[in-house]
Amino acid sequence: MTQDVVLAARNVAKSYGAVNALKGVNFDIHRGQVTTLFGENGAGKSTLMKILSGVIQPTSGEIILDGQAITFDNASHARARGISIIHQELSLAPNLSVRDNIFMGREIRGPMGVDFAEETRQAQALMAELEQDIDPATPVGALRLGQQQIVEIARALSVDSRILIMDEPTSALSASEVEVLFKVIRDLTAKGVSIVYISHHLEEALQITHHAVVLRDGTMTAYAPRAEIDLNWIVRNMVGENYDLGSPPEVTFGAEALTVEGLTLPGAGFNLVDNLSLSVRKGEIVCIYGLMGAGRTELLETIAGRLRPSAGRILLEGAEMGALSIAERIETGLALVPEDRQRDGLVQTMSVGQNLSLASILSFTRGLFTSRRAEAAIIDSSIKRVTVKTSGPAAPIGSLSGGNQQKVVIGKMMATNPRVLLLDEPSRGIDIGAKAEVFRLLAEGARQGLAVVYSTSEVGECLSIAHRIIVMRKGRIVAEFGPETTKEEIMAASGEAKAA
Amino acid sequence: MSQKSNSVARLLLEARAFLALIVIVAVFSWLSPNYFTVSNFLVMASHVAIYGILAIGMLLVILTGGIDLSVGSVLAFCGVMAGAMMQGIELGTSVYYMPVWGVVVLTLAIGGLIGAVNGVLVAFFRVPAFVATLGVMYVARGLGLLQTNGLTYNNLAGKPELGNTGFDWLGFNRVEGVPISVVVLVVLAVIFAVTLARSAFGRWLYATGGNARAADLSGVPVTFVLLTVYTLSGILAAVAGLVLSSQLTSAGPTAGNSYELTAIAAVVVGGAALSGGRGTVQGTMLGAFVIGFLADGLVIVGVSPYWQTVFTGAVIVLAVLMNSLGNGSARGR
Ligand SMILES: Nc1ncnc2c1ncn2[C@@H]1O[C@H](COP(=O)(O)OP(=O)(O)OP(=O)(O)O)[C@@H](O)[C@H]1O
Ligand SMILES: [Mg+2]
Repeated sequence: MTQDVVLAARNVAKSYGAVNALKGVNFDIHRGQVTTLFGENGAGKSTLMKILSGVIQPTSGEIILDGQAITFDNASHARARGISIIHQELSLAPNLSVRDNIFMGREIRGPMGVDFAEETRQAQALMAELEQDIDPATPVGALRLGQQQIVEIARALSVDSRILIMDEPTSALSASEVEVLFKVIRDLTAKGVSIVYISHHLEEALQITHHAVVLRDGTMTAYAPRAEIDLNWIVRNMVGENYDLGSPPEVTFGAEALTVEGLTLPGAGFNLVDNLSLSVRKGEIVCIYGLMGAGRTELLETIAGRLRPSAGRILLEGAEMGALSIAERIETGLALVPEDRQRDGLVQTMSVGQNLSLASILSFTRGLFTSRRAEAAIIDSSIKRVTVKTSGPAAPIGSLSGGNQQKVVIGKMMATNPRVLLLDEPSRGIDIGAKAEVFRLLAEGARQGLAVVYSTSEVGECLSIAHRIIVMRKGRIVAEFGPETTKEEIMAASGEAKAA
Repeated sequence: MSQKSNSVARLLLEARAFLALIVIVAVFSWLSPNYFTVSNFLVMASHVAIYGILAIGMLLVILTGGIDLSVGSVLAFCGVMAGAMMQGIELGTSVYYMPVWGVVVLTLAIGGLIGAVNGVLVAFFRVPAFVATLGVMYVARGLGLLQTNGLTYNNLAGKPELGNTGFDWLGFNRVEGVPISVVVLVVLAVIFAVTLARSAFGRWLYATGGNARAADLSGVPVTFVLLTVYTLSGILAAVAGLVLSSQLTSAGPTAGNSYELTAIAAVVVGGAALSGGRGTVQGTMLGAFVIGFLADGLVIVGVSPYWQTVFTGAVIVLAVLMNSLGNGSARGR
């Protein structure tokens, strides 16, 4: 049994000042198998993985590699021993090309410096393996978030490692890309590579895993092999109760809240958003589903005012929005929760509280100055509302776990009291409990007349929250469904070859 | 609880620049009996005022992640324009003499205008701040030289019969013994410290410097913020230009050479990050005083000017080194 375990953590603890992120955890990675780590936001999953891959050092406890205790000085030490990691927060250089990012720090040497031709060839091979049509010469900054995640995965695959840790590798991918990744994972495990997988998409993870481990508040609360568990087991052990993401709230729709007419956003050679019209009524929750590159993000960013359309009109309760700035749109009640929290959502130099209150500063400005009391009230209620796990409003935003950072972005825009709320993949990285909480907030908002447009690449989410499901493809709406539709129908309409 | 430990950490950080200041004062007081006197402190403070005023403007720009290399030239150009206006403006055959307050207002407007040019280049045309303000630095310096033909306006005292006396008030008068220039510095520092800490504009500034994209999507008017900070920096450079030419009662086109670097030094010694988003007026003021008191101390002790340059450079690097070591362990990621 033990020789089956390649890498193990024994009694590993980690504290950041007064915060105990891990409190004595035992964790085994099995040879040639997939071990999945489940747990709430802030449970300590990423922390444990960073310790196992040498990125950070544990406060106490030991790491055992092939039966021998070992201390990793840094990540490259661990990489030299065959352990590589795909980080939850992307760690790519946006100015460099896909190829240069993949081989960053491990450039292939040729007789004349770096052998770019060989690197390009290998990068192309990796993209082919991942079934992605990405030119290795493209700068990473020009890629969509999902594509960047693919590059991050390709980088980890380009190292021939024995142990591959994947911290939420699929949070920005849609079902067909996940399917491809799973194929790659199966190939790897067949070759004897051991995988650690972390995901908040529980059903998806169940398809691939051999072992399940649940972390809760820095301690391991449950372990079981795949054969003995199901979805309920995970949820029960993760949060202690059963969550039902429920069904769309019963609402009688009001007047038209958001109207989009003939919206067109030109791209290179084709339209990213193509003559698209959409109308959402007060109290209605509309879900937009589509594959990567369908134009969902572009549509939402155009409505929010970050991108300028070449044609079309945007109306909020009948009032023309086209000429307004982002700030003015937020002021009138049109808010966007952006997809990429690192790039578009958070200000890293500011505290948790300052990030939460950033979009609603004017509402607590009295005369020339901000009112501390009013600001603290907004921050406190936001932290409670979206259940951010933090040591306090003054904590740096970087000290939060990934999912909790996502909750801050959602809370920040909700604090502006919008009338129309656009959410671009808001569930990226948040745990099932928090997702239920967000859904509850949206449902409650809808009952009070909030119109919601919710973009997602997880079909299940559409079915449990949306009154209407819209499928986008190549910048157009290709299908529309009511809440009684099925996953298969939606995915077929999106152009997804296989149903997951 | 963490709020407390956070503010303690911040206090220590500022205390470090403060410690440097105390060490400097102690060392020079020991070396020279003339250093630790009220009159010397007031004289030194009036020297610091010029850098300090420039540094406040520089801080605003640096907080947004930019830089303003033009302030030294703008200072000189504004001084020259003030000088020209004091000498009288030729309107056809007659010469028009403006009252001093008019000169001051127009000079500030000129500074603001040049600053706004920087702002437009950076905010609307997306020229990197370094390049935009470098260009404007040369242009403003050149315009100053053109205006005076390379000469200096020497007599700015004005004449009672023309009703334009009082230009030297800024540089020479005192309130309760404190030079006006120092009063101006303190007033500006308080105004901007409060603005940064307590107004929406201040918050916007920090957010823009921390992550302009995220700020934009959160409804921060990023272009307005950028335009405003460069304009303010220009206006503050004009204030410094007025103070300097008033102290010297002359205005030359080569004044303020490399002052932008001193202002940047004050800002970074004061703990601000050149990458934007971090820094305070209090810190910047400490930085300005560290640099000013050191420079004057070296003069008083009679160190050769060449060594003065070496010492100043070393202190700047040392101070920032201490800050970055502190930041590194505080972040500890
Ligand atoms: N640099 C840090 N400073 C202080 N606290 C930290 C730091 N990094 C992590 N933490 C804390 O450690 C705990 C565990 O965080 P971790 O990132 O491991 O969670 P996670 O299980 O990966 O969550 P998620 O599902 O949201 O990604 C959290 O409470 C977090 O706030
Ligand atoms: Mg994590």
